[in-house]
Amino acid sequence: MKNKIFKTMDDAVADIPDGVTILSPGFSGVGVPRNLLAALNRQGAKGLTGVSNNAGTVDENIDIGTLVEAGQMKKMICAFTASTHPSQVTPFTRMYNDDEIEAELVPQGTLAERLRSAAAGIGGFYTPTSVGTELAEGKEHREINGRMHVLEYPLPGDYALVRCWKADTAGNLVFRLTQRNFNPLMAMAAKVTIVEVEEEIVEAGELDPDLIHVAGIYVDRLVKIPADGIWI
Amino acid sequence: MAEKVKLERQAMCDRLAMEFQDGWIVNLGVGMPTLCSNYSDSSREIINHAENGVIGYGPLAKEGEEDRHLVNAGGQKVTPLPGMACVHHADSFMMIRGGMIDVTVMGAYEVAENGDFANWRIPSRKGGGIGGAMDLAAGAKRVFIAMEHTTRDGGPKLLNKCTLPITAPGVVKMLVTDLGLFEITPEGFMLVEHAPGWSPAEIQELTEAKLIISDGLTEFRFRA
Repeated sequence: MKNKIFKTMDDAVADIPDGVTILSPGFSGVGVPRNLLAALNRQGAKGLTGVSNNAGTVDENIDIGTLVEAGQMKKMICAFTASTHPSQVTPFTRMYNDDEIEAELVPQGTLAERLRSAAAGIGGFYTPTSVGTELAEGKEHREINGRMHVLEYPLPGDYALVRCWKADTAGNLVFRLTQRNFNPLMAMAAKVTIVEVEEEIVEAGELDPDLIHVAGIYVDRLVKIPADGIWI
Repeated sequence: MAEKVKLERQAMCDRLAMEFQDGWIVNLGVGMPTLCSNYSDSSREIINHAENGVIGYGPLAKEGEEDRHLVNAGGQKVTPLPGMACVHHADSFMMIRGGMIDVTVMGAYEVAENGDFANWRIPSRKGGGIGGAMDLAAGAKRVFIAMEHTTRDGGPKLLNKCTLPITAPGVVKMLVTDLGLFEITPEGFMLVEHAPGWSPAEIQELTEAKLIISDGLTEFRFRA
């Protein structure tokens, strides 16, 4: 069996080049690959496109917004390009207003399904979401079963940074509660999937095959989060 | 003259929650709509769905009882209930677009008499915050809105036509404001319950759209 285990977060992201697309999961601070994002921040790759639910938050925790603030991101594709409240000014908000970063705004369910489509090898899908709004302008429309839909395309990534609860040496992943969110979709939609693991990585065969959330064939690299790592 | 008393946010959300039927799957938006979950009625079972993929979660976790892996759509730590299930984001939105959600409650900047509403973008600010709102608006069986009746400057929010970019066309079924409860009918906004001390004429004065007054108009109900 191919060894997928890397010793450090820094080793696991060392070869990520400039200009690639990074898939970064997490929702409301849960299931965010903070250790890998911190390592990518140290590594310094630039000109990156990020796919994430949001473009960072106002809290001090490391997330995709840390890379935005460091000038590593060229573009963000996310469900929030403005915070829900005008008082919450993130580094992204500031840079976006000053045209220092590009962004594409995607409804959250469309974002999830575009990732799923990329993983599933299908050419896109028609959704009723956004029909009649300015986000649907310029998109192909089609009436299906009496209802108008818009065409949305797959959204693949070059690298996915993923946070999971349990993993085995084959790369099989298990998530806990709402930690799952975008993690499985992004793990399956990227060419290279790098995972930070909360529990000890167990030998192949120790996880119940019926309870696996992401099959190990999608996973390229695994790193156990060290005791002094980021646990939030 | 002292300003007239308007409805509290909790009373507004309680009133919408009274409409939830036994067995409904309910998605509450971030902010004011989460107050709907404080309304309790032991005669019925409500199943909470949050867009981050948790179905059947319970009340907010008390201090010391939080689980760092379990949050609702607003990032609040919640508690598990027997029968709870977790899924990934594509499956969560499959439930939304697929018609599994009986009602979603959201906030809004504006609602129009044709059921359009706007809650994601203010043109004076670059970008927008959609989150799951467009999917919920397009996919849920019913869209209820909870919002203040007027803007901070006293301008109307119940309009003939939305002025801000809309979230979805023609989907709002019911609306509660701090002045009353409204149904959206094919003819426009129908005032069905008015805040105590507020006459329909006074509410109309703060409303751009022409209100239809329900034949069964009553004072606002605080309990079922």
